[in-house]
Amino acid sequence: MSIQVEKPTSTSMLDLLANIWAWVRKIPPVYPIFLLVAIGVSQLNPNFATVNGIMAFIRRAAPLVILAMGQLFVLASGGFDLSQGSVVTLTIIGSALIMHNHEEYTYLAIAIMLGFGILIGLVTGFVVAYLKVPSLIATLGMLLLVKGGGLYWTGGAPKGYLSEAYRFIGRGYIDNVPLIGRFPVSGIVLLVVATILIILFHKTNLGKQILAIGDNAQAAKLSGIKVRQIRMIAFMISAITAIIAGILVGGYGGSSYTAGEGYEMQSVSAAVIGGVLLLGGKGSVYDVAFGGLTLEAMVSLLNLLGLPKPYRDAVQGLIIIGAVAYAGLRTKKRD
Amino acid sequence: MAEDQKNKTTPLMEVQHIDKSFPGVQALDDVSVEFFTGEVHAVVGENGAGKSTLMKIMAGAYKPDKGTILFQGKEASFSHPVEAQNIGIGIIYQEFNLLPERTVAQNIYLGREPSKLGVINLRQLNKQTEEVLRELGVDHMISSTLLVSSLSVAEQQLVEIAKAISLNAKVLIMDEPTASLTYTEVNLLFDLITKLKAKGLAVIFISHRLSEVFGISDKITVLKDGVLIGTKYTEEVNTEDLVYMMVGRVLDHYFPPLGIQEEFGDVVLKVKNGSNDFLKEINLDLRKGEVLGIAGLQGSGRTELAQALFGVVPFKTGKIELYAKAVTINNPTRAIKRRIGFVTEDRKSEGLLLMQPIRDNILLALRSLQNIFKFVYKDGIHRSSSLVSDLGNQVDVRVDSYDKEVQDLSGGNQQKVVLSKWLASEAEIFIFDEPTRGIDVEAKVRIHDIIRGLTKQGVAVLMVSSELPEIIGMSDRILVMHEGKIGGELPAESSEADIMLFATGQKNGNGKPSTAANGRGEK
Amino acid sequence: MTTKIINGIEIKRENIFKKIPQVYYFLVIVTILGITLDQVFANGNILSNPVILRNILVRSVALGIVAVGQTFVMIGASIDLSVAYTISLTAVMTSLIIQGDPARTPMVIVIVLLTGAFVGLINGLVITKLNVNAFIATLGTGLVIKGILNGTFSSGSMGSVPKSFQALGYEGFGPVPYSIILLVAVLLIGWFILSSTKYGAHLYAVGGNILIGRLSGLRTSRVLIGAHIISSLTAVLAGLFIVSRLGAGTPWVGPDGIYDLESVATTVIGGTALSGGRGGVFGTLAGVLIFGVIDTVFNQLGVDTYLKMVLRGAIIILAVASYSVRSKREAA
Repeated sequence: MSIQVEKPTSTSMLDLLANIWAWVRKIPPVYPIFLLVAIGVSQLNPNFATVNGIMAFIRRAAPLVILAMGQLFVLASGGFDLSQGSVVTLTIIGSALIMHNHEEYTYLAIAIMLGFGILIGLVTGFVVAYLKVPSLIATLGMLLLVKGGGLYWTGGAPKGYLSEAYRFIGRGYIDNVPLIGRFPVSGIVLLVVATILIILFHKTNLGKQILAIGDNAQAAKLSGIKVRQIRMIAFMISAITAIIAGILVGGYGGSSYTAGEGYEMQSVSAAVIGGVLLLGGKGSVYDVAFGGLTLEAMVSLLNLLGLPKPYRDAVQGLIIIGAVAYAGLRTKKRD
Repeated sequence: MAEDQKNKTTPLMEVQHIDKSFPGVQALDDVSVEFFTGEVHAVVGENGAGKSTLMKIMAGAYKPDKGTILFQGKEASFSHPVEAQNIGIGIIYQEFNLLPERTVAQNIYLGREPSKLGVINLRQLNKQTEEVLRELGVDHMISSTLLVSSLSVAEQQLVEIAKAISLNAKVLIMDEPTASLTYTEVNLLFDLITKLKAKGLAVIFISHRLSEVFGISDKITVLKDGVLIGTKYTEEVNTEDLVYMMVGRVLDHYFPPLGIQEEFGDVVLKVKNGSNDFLKEINLDLRKGEVLGIAGLQGSGRTELAQALFGVVPFKTGKIELYAKAVTINNPTRAIKRRIGFVTEDRKSEGLLLMQPIRDNILLALRSLQNIFKFVYKDGIHRSSSLVSDLGNQVDVRVDSYDKEVQDLSGGNQQKVVLSKWLASEAEIFIFDEPTRGIDVEAKVRIHDIIRGLTKQGVAVLMVSSELPEIIGMSDRILVMHEGKIGGELPAESSEADIMLFATGQKNGNGKPSTAANGRGEK
Repeated sequence: MTTKIINGIEIKRENIFKKIPQVYYFLVIVTILGITLDQVFANGNILSNPVILRNILVRSVALGIVAVGQTFVMIGASIDLSVAYTISLTAVMTSLIIQGDPARTPMVIVIVLLTGAFVGLINGLVITKLNVNAFIATLGTGLVIKGILNGTFSSGSMGSVPKSFQALGYEGFGPVPYSIILLVAVLLIGWFILSSTKYGAHLYAVGGNILIGRLSGLRTSRVLIGAHIISSLTAVLAGLFIVSRLGAGTPWVGPDGIYDLESVATTVIGGTALSGGRGGVFGTLAGVLIFGVIDTVFNQLGVDTYLKMVLRGAIIILAVASYSVRSKREAA
């Protein structure tokens, strides 16, 4: 044992710095990354940093952010939802078919599609929770099922067209908003969905129970959590967000049977950039939303750099691998 | 023979002035121990004393920060466990390193398969394996082509030992080898250790069970908080000395005083003829305020009984009555609703959400009873509630913040978090399965105190344990399981021998209160 | 497993008759069901026409070869979802380089095999060295290949393979098509590696419990990288077969055949657990044949293309479910 010597308690400046550093270290990396990418984009395209540019960006990013937030519910519970993209496609071609040139069927179409979303989520959730099929396979199977079902229903090509009111949701603006001029309708949808999901995930038992089953399903079950029920709800939320995203994508880009392709991977990537731990147990709606914005901004950046669209797939592949590798390095330090 | 004499004076293996630290902990501080050929050397100490760290350093799994390892007089340093293995240091971890889906031979010779140009000589492989098994004298129990998954725990341990022997191990380190063995299996293992000792191996043996340490070892080394307390010949010390060395003070009470029969309340839980695939004709009563101990050998249905009562693997036939009303408990949710709590045997895989904060773990069961759309509050069920910190204080969880992840806590603290979880759900019947497994001596005492404190508040406790001292020290009544049935009921403070008679099926029915039920607290 | 008792001691002995993989019973059921459907609702010539029988096999060749590679990675507790794009890459490269010139055939085969090995190497390195979840890693490399292919060769098919190359797809040794010989060869090599070599034993160990592999001194990363190289190489072989059938390669031949998902599904159906450490190629073969039979029956019945897609999705889910539903563990 050595003799204890009182250390002079000076260097409060250092303490302050240490405190600031400790606080900075707690900031999820997605925020600085988003900032960097946004700065990059606005350097190449000064228009981006204007109010108009930001509004246009929100309009474009809304579907992906919504999908990623829905994906979070499944990822945090320990699963994957790879059927999201095909649900987006189904929404678009299904809505067009239901409306079939009838403007007045707009809300009917939306209601029916939301019903489909609940049904698809129920089926996927049932397959995973009760038939115990790993969600990876279950949702890839659902991808085929939903895509094939959509194509069979519409006879292989988009039929009918999306009404103006329908398309307004995805591409329209509310004009004459004080201070900012105009605000995209999809931005409003995004805010509403985000608020609901934030409350569900962070403020209610549901969110805690989703994290619980993603962390340790057996322990959760032995603590009375209805694991299967929670899993089904997670898939239903994901499917419903896919329907909502589908409505926005359809509004923004019109009817096409490839519209949803690749969205499932984008939403997983966005969630991973937002710090979600694959196989469950950790995640935040806020961070994932910014993950979605970051990914969308990255796509803009690639656009501005003149990369043709197919190459963006390639870059996205690299981003996913990089983000997961980085997350792995961070968690590896723990043990 | 001269070689033998020399070996008696120069240690076969020696660690000198070993330091090892992990972030935030000094795991070993200047530890020096000598290990001799033909000796069984027990290493004891509380959890976190540094036993496992020392063993891992000797086996090449960790590198020491400072200090030297001498093997057969020569300095050795390992950059990979395989290097230690190759010079003759074998280690058997508590968690076996066997592949269940592969055969005994494939496991023993993994990475060393006899082969030509990458093609395995299967006959040679099996022949060599049979030879090793014969050398150990276990070839009549295990054949080389069996899948490991078809073997019992004890048999798997034999495979581990065979693996070490096949590597020509001169030092064999065993980390808690008896933790999951039955009484007879422990004896079998000890016979084998004696045999290995006679062959000139140095056997190093880590155990929490002091009676076993005295039964088998020649020397005992005690570690505490990473510091070497001392190495003694076994015959020089007794249990009290050893405990004093381990905890640094005399533990005057191992167990809190038993409950008073007259103060027990009504029967809260009654099982009538409960049966399922593992259990036959279970009949039991549990009264308010008492601790009912469930003893029995591994595989006797102890854990299955706990699981049946909690609805994990429910009874298929028979009746459960709670407070004299028939109820169905076919899943844990129902059990929790009926105010039953289950402290599982394996904390990490069945009790805790390791990545989640302490508070969410404590509130887990309570929240499962609530609507899933109910809002969550930081410290409990209302905005102003302080449930989490109240419960934490009640069971003495020692943490600076309840936002800490559970994986960062010690075993004892983790167990307290599990207890708080059931206190939060207001359980009135607690089922414990091995309440103090893998917990250090001091935390054990604390947990036992908490259990007794619960019964004083009117909670009924059913406690499954494989540690007979715990059963005897804690139980107001003891049920002994044998082959899925309740073999017999014994009064408080029955002797280990009596319990074993029922556990091994040599006796059944009601035991007479043959032992004196006094002398408590005088120890 | 049988137990016999000698001198009061129980002795466990392995059953000499190795169990037939469960999936073969399933194959028999599917076949009988298929034939019945064919008899009742179609012209019933599955049985009478040997050409159809042979077609089932040929149809199964591409999937069968890829599935053997998938079995390797899945025994190693990994997964390879980049195979579909590796197939496309092979098909496009082959027809592009060969440009109808038979003399270039050996050169092309060497180039595509090397490219495949490179893809597998990258997959393996990303998984073992960057510690990226195998599923994400291979989906990522798949996306990279897809992007490059679509970006570079968006104009549809390019080049074509010579007649001599198409022999692999259409001709045979007597009545036995070359493609079947190729499949059988790949199966036998796969079986031999898994059951009789050190590499196979080590792969089972790495998949069963990677820590045990490490403690036993195995170079676990190399073992896993090897499995990924094998998987990519089988995808290349499948790609060569497909391009020989089609005559020219396009970027979408792989994803259109759903080879990624179907190879995983057939491997799981064949008894290789997603969690690794157990399984084998003959189980996988049965899984592949089941898919071949179903496919053929659908064709006989004249099922609509899109409806077939729906049914495929459903069959994949139900087939895996028939195994998983009995497991005690929770799936996620």
